[in-house]
Amino acid sequence: MTDPITMHKTSAPQPPPEILLSVRNVGKNYGPMAVLGDISVDVRAGEFMCIVGPSGAGKTTLLQCLSGLLAPTSGSVSLRGVEVSEPPAEMAIVFQDYSRSLMPWLSVLDNVSLPLRSTKLPKADIKKKAAAALEEVGLTGHLDKYPWQLSGGMQQRVAIARALAFEPAIVLMDEPFASVDAQTRSDLEDLTLKVKQHLGITIVLVTHDIDEAVYLSDRVLVLGGRPTQVVDLIETHLGDDRDQISTKSTPQFAELRAKVYQEIRTQTAPAQT
Amino acid sequence: MKALKKIAWELWLPIVLVVLWLVLSAGSKTFYFPPLGRIMDKFVHVWFFDGILKDLTPSLGRILLGFILAVAVGVAGGTMLGLLRRTEEALRPVLEFLRSTPGVALLPIATLFLGVGQEMKVFMIALACTWPILLNTIDGVRSVEPVLLQVARSYRLTLWERIRFIYIPNASPQIFAGGRLSLAIAAVVMVVTEMIGSPGGVGYFVLNAQRNFDILSMWTGIIMLGLLGYLLNLAFRLAENRILRWHLIKNA
Repeated sequence: MTDPITMHKTSAPQPPPEILLSVRNVGKNYGPMAVLGDISVDVRAGEFMCIVGPSGAGKTTLLQCLSGLLAPTSGSVSLRGVEVSEPPAEMAIVFQDYSRSLMPWLSVLDNVSLPLRSTKLPKADIKKKAAAALEEVGLTGHLDKYPWQLSGGMQQRVAIARALAFEPAIVLMDEPFASVDAQTRSDLEDLTLKVKQHLGITIVLVTHDIDEAVYLSDRVLVLGGRPTQVVDLIETHLGDDRDQISTKSTPQFAELRAKVYQEIRTQTAPAQT
Repeated sequence: MKALKKIAWELWLPIVLVVLWLVLSAGSKTFYFPPLGRIMDKFVHVWFFDGILKDLTPSLGRILLGFILAVAVGVAGGTMLGLLRRTEEALRPVLEFLRSTPGVALLPIATLFLGVGQEMKVFMIALACTWPILLNTIDGVRSVEPVLLQVARSYRLTLWERIRFIYIPNASPQIFAGGRLSLAIAAVVMVVTEMIGSPGGVGYFVLNAQRNFDILSMWTGIIMLGLLGYLLNLAFRLAENRILRWHLIKNA
């Protein structure tokens, strides 16, 4: 079977990794208040990067700057060398609040199909692509339902399918699993890892959950301070084959978790007294 | 069974009222309130089918034409004004003023410009019906969830796609609420313009019968107007149930 949403990308690991998204000295002020200080980071093609930081650190603001939804006050973001000013065609975004990011008046299939209209493909092909993306996230039996007839976890799967159907090179996710229960959350984490490996896409995910960040990431970007700065960028070296139980019980995982935790706590301490 | 029960529950009161009217008016000698039995006989005689062709069809045509025009202008204009916030703010007082002016107050001037024929009647109906739809569309377009607009931006939807798949569906419950109000207004304006204007239509029929002291016919016309309004509303409800299915189930 040919999978219509498979990405045609060769991910041969070459010495200097290809930089997909480049963030250069990005700062963002809301009025007189500086939220983001001076953030620079390069996202490699094919990597999974999680952005963690204490609440109020401007993680979502940073993600919005990366996506082009929000213009940074200073600095710039570029995707494959092209400056991002509006959400580029190679990028898809999964929003935190699935219940508000899906159109309640469209069926699951139509929700996923909508962004594909711009491809100008025949309607049947669009439906096929959308259905394939929904299959990728395990929602084959629910195409004709309305999103609000599904559980929270399933709704977020619809939102993920919508992002995948578009065949983006990079997917940005803003706390995508923050409002589902713990079990669903683990399932969605594993689903995201599987899909990322299967399609060879790059993912940048914002979360406040340190375990989640370490578990998912190739590299964890730790933010902190006021205004927010990059505190650390940690390679996890956890490999491609991860498991909720065995990976999380390795000493390596515990060490990484402790390290990130420590860094975030150090950053938040002054603000709390 | 359940549907049957529902229909029975809706119908019992109208049936009781009609029967009461029949019984209480049976021996009526009053010129102005003839027995319902006689009105019914006359109703069949007058309306089937000469009356339906001669007077009901033109009335219905006017209402539908005026209403459709109002929906087109109201939804298109409302969407535009909903998107152009500044323009709408500038126009708001004017819109509110026009809306508050009873539609039929413009009758004298409308007859000056458009005469007493079909154009004037359809224009008056359309004009009066536009306001509720227009203002509700503006509000509905405004109330789009901001996250959805971010979604639209991040997936680079065109303006037309945003209108077609986000703004108008989001406004549709309010558009329908406005439309239902407009339909009731349409019936009122239809009757009034027909009473003022050239012959033809149920409104004209009622006034004409009254002027000729044909009280029986007058009553049949009034009943016909009631039936017309009821059936229009029913048709509207059926359309709403189809088109707003998502909204009705979601909020059930």
